[in-house]
Amino acid sequence: MSGDQHQHPLDRGLRACAAALETGEIGAGELRDEALNRSCDQTDLNAYISLFDNPHSEVASGPLAGIPYAAKDNYCAIGTRTTCASRMLENFVAHYDATVIARLRSTGANLIGKTNLDEFAMGSSNELSYFGAARNPWDHERVPGGSSGGSAVAVASGSVPFALGSDTGGSVRQPAAFCGVTGFKPTYGRISRYGLIAYASSLDCPGIIARSAEDCAIVFDAIAGHDERDATSARGAVDSCSDALVQPLAGLRIGIAASSFGAGVDDDVSRVVREALKEFELQGATLVAIDLPHAALAIPAYYVIAPAEASSNLSRYDGVRYGHRCENPTSLDDLYERSRAEGFGAEVQRRIFIGTYVLSAGYYDAYYRRAQQVRRLIAYDFDAAFERVDLIVAPTAPTTAFKLGEKIVDPVQLYASDINTVSANLAGVPAISIPAGFSNGLPVGLQLTAAAFAERRLLSAAYQFQQATDWHQRRPGVAR
Amino acid sequence: MAFDGEQLKRVARLARLRIDPDQLAGRSADIERVLGLFAGLAQAPVDGVEPMAHPLGIGAELRSDEVTETDMAEALLALAPDSQADLYLVPKVLE
Repeated sequence: MSGDQHQHPLDRGLRACAAALETGEIGAGELRDEALNRSCDQTDLNAYISLFDNPHSEVASGPLAGIPYAAKDNYCAIGTRTTCASRMLENFVAHYDATVIARLRSTGANLIGKTNLDEFAMGSSNELSYFGAARNPWDHERVPGGSSGGSAVAVASGSVPFALGSDTGGSVRQPAAFCGVTGFKPTYGRISRYGLIAYASSLDCPGIIARSAEDCAIVFDAIAGHDERDATSARGAVDSCSDALVQPLAGLRIGIAASSFGAGVDDDVSRVVREALKEFELQGATLVAIDLPHAALAIPAYYVIAPAEASSNLSRYDGVRYGHRCENPTSLDDLYERSRAEGFGAEVQRRIFIGTYVLSAGYYDAYYRRAQQVRRLIAYDFDAAFERVDLIVAPTAPTTAFKLGEKIVDPVQLYASDINTVSANLAGVPAISIPAGFSNGLPVGLQLTAAAFAERRLLSAAYQFQQATDWHQRRPGVAR
Repeated sequence: MAFDGEQLKRVARLARLRIDPDQLAGRSADIERVLGLFAGLAQAPVDGVEPMAHPLGIGAELRSDEVTETDMAEALLALAPDSQADLYLVPKVLE
């Protein structure tokens, strides 16, 4: 479905913007100005931390030439403030481009802003930002999800056709689900992490938020591929995903694990996702019951490993070389301890404490080593499942967007909402959240997961679903 | 798993994070609840399972020993909260 042709190109997605530029329906400068105007008109959503009035690119052609986009504020872009939504980096100006930013720059895409996030990408609601919570455009009293909440809001509200997020435990997919847009996390290592400020290095994965799987594929084709600046970057050629979207769903085997629809998953969210699965079946896909026997251990494994890696990565913030520094330090230790206590918010501190604890002498084997062993069991579960099926389906999040403040007081409750997303990060496999319907007026996301490096299969299945449905074209009432 | 204020003080020292004494009880109780979330790991059937540190199973790559970065000392020092004559300044360590 191509949407209403009378809508502004920004309301119709990336492909439509590119077509409008190609035909001269709109100029690149005009498109950028409209994107900036919309961003400025929607400051109540608090999607952006910074906006840039850059001249539009001189690159004349290509699917991203002249396309305005936004990046989560944990990507370094030369000359821009890059805060990670933290007081620690409130005034940090990046002196280099992340590889993804450089690659997008070379296509002629225009970075118009840096988006809000949970501090250092640690959170699932965007409420843990030093700059205040972003708000869900479907209901301003609800969270947009996180940690890439600002990027999801920017796309859902129509200010940009795509935005970069990062996904360490679901941080692209869950906000995409909450905001009714498409969120794509590729295989670990497919997109370079160079210049993405580290949270948990073995889990961090750059991701794309856009209106559709087709738009995600266009951006993925532009930014994926080996990067010698990232030692964990995957080698091997990346086949075009946008060239491989038109593949029939007929014959596809889609695994469905009862545990993904189990305790904690809202009944109506389950109903919406199961209803959407009928479309896959209608097009000839087969649903196959599978077992992911260690799924219940994904949350504990993730919340040991991610804080452990975070405690190490965030040790670089010492108040000496860059970042926040306390006033009048009396000793080097005082400088470190007060700069870090003042610069980091409560949740970041909590994860540093937990990570430091699970890595400390006497606790390493019981927590960190054991979590890494469980991580392998979870990866084995996926290996076994993908012997039998092509894709695995689940509700992206157990609920729709929750109210601001509803879960912020209880970290355990907030962590539990990542139940269906963290496994893909632990195993490193690609996954996508696509809009699948509504529950009480709020968007519901359906997650598809594929085997490592099977992005073409994943995106084509999502594309075929979106050709037959229009959930991804539904808009909240914020754009003009 | 019990986790009290004394343990939090030890961890805070390791992490070089100042913590106010009046926050010890509340914060250690929060962390104790999170540690409770990890209880299932103790029963996990992990005997003989190799720990997984990285999803792709690749080791660190080596690159050729060539200078690739330009001199960015000026740009980097410009980010420092306090510097002088190409040096980062910190409180006196030695008297």
